[in-house]
Amino acid sequence: MGQITLQDVQKSFGPVHIIKGADLEIADGSFVVFVGPSGCGKTTLLRLIAGLEDVSGGKILIDGKNVVDTPPAKRGLSMVFQSYALYPHMSVRGNIGFGLKMAGLSKDETNRKVEAAAATLNLTPYLDRKPRELSGGQRQRVAIGRAIVREPKAFLFDEPLSNLDAALRVQMRIEVTRLQKQLGTTAIYVTHDQVEAMTMADKIVVLNGGKIEQYGSPLELYEKPANLFVAGFIGSPKMNFVTGEHALQKGAATIGVRPEHLKIERDGAGGWQGTIAVAEHLGSDTFLYVDAGPFGMLTARYIGELSLHAGDRVSLVPDPARIHRFDAGGNAIRG
Amino acid sequence: MAAFFPQAEKLGMATRQTQILARSLLMPAVGLLFIWMIVPLALTIYFSTLHYSLLDPGSEEFVGLENFRYFLTDPAFLASLQNTLVLVGSVLALTILLGIPLALLMDQPVIGRNFVRLMVIAPFFVMPTVSALVWKNLLMHPVSGLFAWLAKLVGLTPIDWFTDAPLLAVILIVAWQWLPFATLILLTALQSLDEEQKEAAEMDGASAVSTFIYITLPHLARPITVVILIETIFLLTVFAEIFVTTGGGPGLQTTNIAFLIYSQALIQFDVGSASAGGLVAVVIANIVAFFLVRIVGRNLEA
Repeated sequence: MGQITLQDVQKSFGPVHIIKGADLEIADGSFVVFVGPSGCGKTTLLRLIAGLEDVSGGKILIDGKNVVDTPPAKRGLSMVFQSYALYPHMSVRGNIGFGLKMAGLSKDETNRKVEAAAATLNLTPYLDRKPRELSGGQRQRVAIGRAIVREPKAFLFDEPLSNLDAALRVQMRIEVTRLQKQLGTTAIYVTHDQVEAMTMADKIVVLNGGKIEQYGSPLELYEKPANLFVAGFIGSPKMNFVTGEHALQKGAATIGVRPEHLKIERDGAGGWQGTIAVAEHLGSDTFLYVDAGPFGMLTARYIGELSLHAGDRVSLVPDPARIHRFDAGGNAIRG
Repeated sequence: MAAFFPQAEKLGMATRQTQILARSLLMPAVGLLFIWMIVPLALTIYFSTLHYSLLDPGSEEFVGLENFRYFLTDPAFLASLQNTLVLVGSVLALTILLGIPLALLMDQPVIGRNFVRLMVIAPFFVMPTVSALVWKNLLMHPVSGLFAWLAKLVGLTPIDWFTDAPLLAVILIVAWQWLPFATLILLTALQSLDEEQKEAAEMDGASAVSTFIYITLPHLARPITVVILIETIFLLTVFAEIFVTTGGGPGLQTTNIAFLIYSQALIQFDVGSASAGGLVAVVIANIVAFFLVRIVGRNLEA
């Protein structure tokens, strides 16, 4: 079991309010990603759940039990740190087994569990090596091994892939997701990378300035962003926002259209017209950055190759069913 | 390599020229250092083969290894060798065993931490003669010393340190001087310990004691090695503290090798025998260094 509930959790460092009241229900076995820009409080929230920081107010329930006064080790959670935080003088075996040793397990029992965890993570040949003799990806796996060997109620990941190179990151992303599904253990994962968030999560928590902006499945966030912040943060390239008269016509203060929902027309008369400032040809996609005068800079995405170049005039026609409307407070208008 | 970097050959030339320049610029300093060390050593070797007494000038004559035989068979030699080793070992043990808890304390965030650190470092800047005299006359004096006053306060008989426990007294003085050094090195090492490692240990359920034993202490292995190596070099040659407090006595109780050589040369005016002693000291220092590097130097690799 690993059901985690946050009730009005707050954290301040002196006069600075980092977490301004977070409410959250994390179902057992789900993979939840905290995502947001740096300084939004996502790591702090994770550390509050871990117990490495004390809450300033509110409750954290794990399987219905309030744990705010429980020391980290007794909460039944395990954490994978950004720097991996492996013990440099211990072998891989020692690193993975340290928690079990501290829990007073017998040597045989510890060895059996360590070897099982190592087998899951393809670390068996490296059990007697020191962390400094391992590659980045292997160290990462040792850190994960240290987390899974204790059979916790939930895993906490603090930007675990940020120190890996791009190719390895994609590979580890898949491995972590698969491992979590295989074990069926609840996972909370912190990242600033929205691609990681979209690909790994069952549910995403978008944080901004210490507040939860939206909590939902990746596609919910993509299709029905609750406000301007979520709309701008989720999706790559970013959503286009148009304000002013054009938005008012649609009964909103701001309207947003994703680059992939703009139809690109050569010499078209309708839609938003402008001149291409930069055209990026990736083969699989074409990205156009269009200077559309009163509408500002707009980004349009075309799947496949489109033979347009800087200086060409185009007209961008938004898909009417895919226009997001926001009121003056930045909240989405539905219906 | 050259195929990928066509300029590599040119680079090689430039590197070689830089090296030649670097070496020729280093020459004067290295040369001076060489002369500085080689001339005294050569002279010491030369004197060690002479019968050379300052009381009997002009009577120098070659005596071969006679001075070495005299120095090594002197009963004072074994006593002073033992004193040297006891002194070095005790001071090392005291400074490390007290330095670790002190460094741990100073690593805690407290008000006025910078001031506390400055005060703890202070003894290191006091000249050995001065600190030894302060200890002798203000702290350990059996009549007017602070320790005597404290002892009388609780109804004990004051200890006459330099008569009853002279070597211990010298050890305490020297340890007091070297404690800041050990503390400082260990403190900087503690500060470089990764915070996330401690948190990982906390998540793993390690108590404060277990964290110290399994995480902190292994992390300190290398700095402890550095402390042992550097302190040993200096502790083998402790002289001023002995000179101003006990003068090597009572009897030979606080005479170490350095002090024995001094007394040969400037109390008995026997330059030949003192030179031989100096060379013996060099050999002893090298033997100690050899074993030290063997035992603790492994920590410095990797």
